[in-house]
Amino acid sequence: MCEACPVIDWAQELPTVRSFTARKVDADMTDHIVWFDRYESEHKPFLGGKNSSLGEMMRAELPVPPGFAITTNAYGLIWSDPALVDDVNDLLRSIDHDDLTGNRKTAGRIRARIEAAPIPEDVAADITEAYAALCRHCGVDDLPVAVRSSATAEDLPDASFAGQQDTYPWIQGVDNVLENVRRCWSSLFTDRAIAYRHSMGYLHRSIAMSVGIQKMIDPVASGVAFTLNPTNGDRSQVAVDASWGLGEAVVSGEVTPDHFLIDKVLREIVKREISDKHVEYRLNDAGVVEKMDVEAERRSKPSVTDEDLVAVALLARRAEKHYGSPQDVEWAIDRHLPAGENVVMLQSRPETVWSQKPKTSVSSSSGDPIRSIVSTLLSPMHVSDGGAEDQDDNRDNATASNQKSSETE
Amino acid sequence: MADKRFPSPFELEGPEGIEGWEELYPYSVLFSEDRREYEEDRFWFWDSMHWGAAMTPWDSVFLEMAIASLSQFNSRHYRIPPADGIDFRVLYGYPYFSPITIEDGARIESRVPEFMERAGHYFVNWNDLYDNWLGKIKTSIDEINAIDLSPLPEMEDLSVVTDGIGTGSGHRLLEEYRTLKNLCLKVWQYHFEFLNLGYAAYLDFFGFCKQAFPSIPDLGIAKMVAGVEVDLFRPNEELKVIAQKAIDGGLARVFDNPEDVAGIRAALAGTDVEAHWNEVENPWFNFSAGTGFYHYEKTWIDYPEIPYAFIRDYIIKIEEGHDITRPIEAIQAERDRVVSEYGELLQTDEDRQAFQEKLGLARVVFPYVENHNFYIEHWTMSVIWRKLRELGANLVKEGIINEIDDVFYFRRDEIDEVLWDAYSAWAVNAPNRGSVYWPPRIARRREIVAKMKEWKPPKALGEPPSVVTEPFTIMLWGITSDSVTGWLGTDENSDELSGMAASPGMVEGPARLIFDADDIGDIQDGEILVAPITAPSWAPVFPKIQACVTDIGGMMSHAAIVCREYGIPAVTGTGFGTSQIKNGQMIRVDGTAGTITLIEE
Repeated sequence: MCEACPVIDWAQELPTVRSFTARKVDADMTDHIVWFDRYESEHKPFLGGKNSSLGEMMRAELPVPPGFAITTNAYGLIWSDPALVDDVNDLLRSIDHDDLTGNRKTAGRIRARIEAAPIPEDVAADITEAYAALCRHCGVDDLPVAVRSSATAEDLPDASFAGQQDTYPWIQGVDNVLENVRRCWSSLFTDRAIAYRHSMGYLHRSIAMSVGIQKMIDPVASGVAFTLNPTNGDRSQVAVDASWGLGEAVVSGEVTPDHFLIDKVLREIVKREISDKHVEYRLNDAGVVEKMDVEAERRSKPSVTDEDLVAVALLARRAEKHYGSPQDVEWAIDRHLPAGENVVMLQSRPETVWSQKPKTSVSSSSGDPIRSIVSTLLSPMHVSDGGAEDQDDNRDNATASNQKSSETE
Repeated sequence: MADKRFPSPFELEGPEGIEGWEELYPYSVLFSEDRREYEEDRFWFWDSMHWGAAMTPWDSVFLEMAIASLSQFNSRHYRIPPADGIDFRVLYGYPYFSPITIEDGARIESRVPEFMERAGHYFVNWNDLYDNWLGKIKTSIDEINAIDLSPLPEMEDLSVVTDGIGTGSGHRLLEEYRTLKNLCLKVWQYHFEFLNLGYAAYLDFFGFCKQAFPSIPDLGIAKMVAGVEVDLFRPNEELKVIAQKAIDGGLARVFDNPEDVAGIRAALAGTDVEAHWNEVENPWFNFSAGTGFYHYEKTWIDYPEIPYAFIRDYIIKIEEGHDITRPIEAIQAERDRVVSEYGELLQTDEDRQAFQEKLGLARVVFPYVENHNFYIEHWTMSVIWRKLRELGANLVKEGIINEIDDVFYFRRDEIDEVLWDAYSAWAVNAPNRGSVYWPPRIARRREIVAKMKEWKPPKALGEPPSVVTEPFTIMLWGITSDSVTGWLGTDENSDELSGMAASPGMVEGPARLIFDADDIGDIQDGEILVAPITAPSWAPVFPKIQACVTDIGGMMSHAAIVCREYGIPAVTGTGFGTSQIKNGQMIRVDGTAGTITLIEE
């Protein structure tokens, strides 16, 4: 029991989102639904970081798979059930923060309680209608979607830690969608999230949950892209790591990905290292994601064509220009979309290693062009023999995905 | 690599059967016991880019004039702070160079203000001085054309007597030959009046880009600087114009047999095509099929069957529906895009300003770097070779040599004596000695040169340098500390070669080895050209080939410039391309990474 731990003041009203009439996906915006293709920055407080960033990417004409966000308004409405509020508050009060095992159990009970509560009728109706619209838009019944949590925390810089972030891939049919939306909502109450808010002194109600519903893509290959060369910070290059199937294999480090450097301006692949990619994550015949062995003849083949690589690099560059800082992008090549439209971006976020170094000038301060020529003549010059190949590039320490994993730790 | 070194020039064995080869070249360019201590300590590299074949005596004159002039502008005119000249030797007919780097810090420092004042004057007044330069070159060419090497007459013209001239044709001949030699040296000095400074400004921009973008491909930098309307491309462009005019005038079939020069000339008489040809042949077809450094390289103006064959190929392309015009606006737009996109990736305002300034200067100086090659190597040299053949014809008439081209087997100082011999014999009206003295000696020299040509010289001699810093060695020859190390460590059995990534893209295809400009007609559609070095005048074969590989040359070698222009992958400076790749062999060329893979045996 923790008296000091603030519980949720459910009476507080969350601001509402205004509806928009402009439509791309043929469906309405409501208080509970924001379509990514009609995202505006004022939606951000109701969508959380991840969903806002998808909306932002679409606004930047980055090819994000279509979908919509269920706003924090919808989440707020579940707390209009007084019985749910009482039960959850009782459970929260029972927590002893020193009893880790007990907490895990209590947190599990809170989540089970939230997941058992019925979704408010108008929210369920809006989600059902929006999912149907997305199915119509993509021309697929029971369209497979990813259901993603996207926590929002007003005034808190680290919403991603304050609320657990879950993604449920390959969800099909409206009932399964609704069930997983509830799981996203309840994911705010993992033992870890509760303990974190407790230790930081954050109100539980200061965190709200938006949920993203996005068309699932079926990647032939996927990976990450950095809009700079991670070995030397060269901003004229995009570093791409790529492997077969879903991104899990690259992100988890199970596979050494193919590694490429692409010059942003020349749009040329200036370095390619093809590795032996022995496993991939992909859909099995039952529609379930499974880790599979890659057939021998495909293992050491490049997982991306040159044209697609350049497309990935240019999209990453577009994201970088849009956000005004180097980006770390997740991308995929969809199996079903037609060539030329099959490169999609899943996420874009700021690169954090090189971007945090202070900006320094490389030009000498004298400003006298002849003095500068003298300095050039006096210092040994290097003409690279292998084009843009970086001779001392130690890729074991410096691939894009390794930088990524060190960042998320 | 410390234990590895190149062969010593004093121990290297040359080809068999060339005893007496030393007398083909001046004593000053030979390795010798009396300078051994100095010579043996140095690093010498073979400039196979300009002189890939053993030189006849007169051909080697331009080696001396060129490298002395290059050196003089470094050491005596502009006081390039860290570099004096490039020392040069001839060994078994091949030129070896050794850059003279200044290592004493105080000496370098004392030259900085001198360099800044002198080079500064040229940078500030570049465009005016360049206009002036074009005038000087044209004047020199007129002067060379005006040199009177006509034969000694049976009797002096009456006007020599009535005008009270007081001197005769022998004096004229001796004088005019000296004038020719002086004009040769003069144009080679002009050649380097701007070049070293042009490279310095380019290197400054290059160095800045490498600092701002450590992995930027060299060709990304070259693309920003390269001119769009370059005189070196003009001869080829004129062939396209003529091809189109021939089609428009119903004369397309006239070029079906390009070897029939007389027939084509007759068929074109009085047509628009002929009118255009006459309008542009001077100067634009004073264009060598080679580098311009060998007397036997053919020029378009003297051998019209070469441009006729190119015109025929262009006619075929147009008839097949290809657009062969050079998309000037698209090239310009692409260059602007590359500049603006690299520019916007810079991090600070200071850098953006420096980038614009350095690029601005590089673009002011670069037209000279690109164009001088046409004016000197092609135009002036073709006029000089023609003039020397005129002299050869004269000596054939005097019975001193058997063939016109024998004249190139004399050293330049020997011709003074030969002309004296001819003159005095003519004056006395008695037999000259040359007619019996020279023919066997020339025959022997021909034998020696032929044997030296078959020999494959080593890429370098002596001690490998710890680091190469001489800017022009790096810029022009593409010789860096890394490439020298590469020469020492080359595994002759490797199935991969590397060089400069000179023009991007990756292709596979059969190799076509070309050692002689006369054989470029053998190239078939879709082949990959492999040559010691390509010449700008080979441009018309580039639409046929898939890629190009050369043994030597840097990013700014003439070959690299033309390859990029034609948008095909190229790897230059491979060192061993022509010795490791076999004719017809399937190879993969990656012009972005600078590698060549031998796919099949």
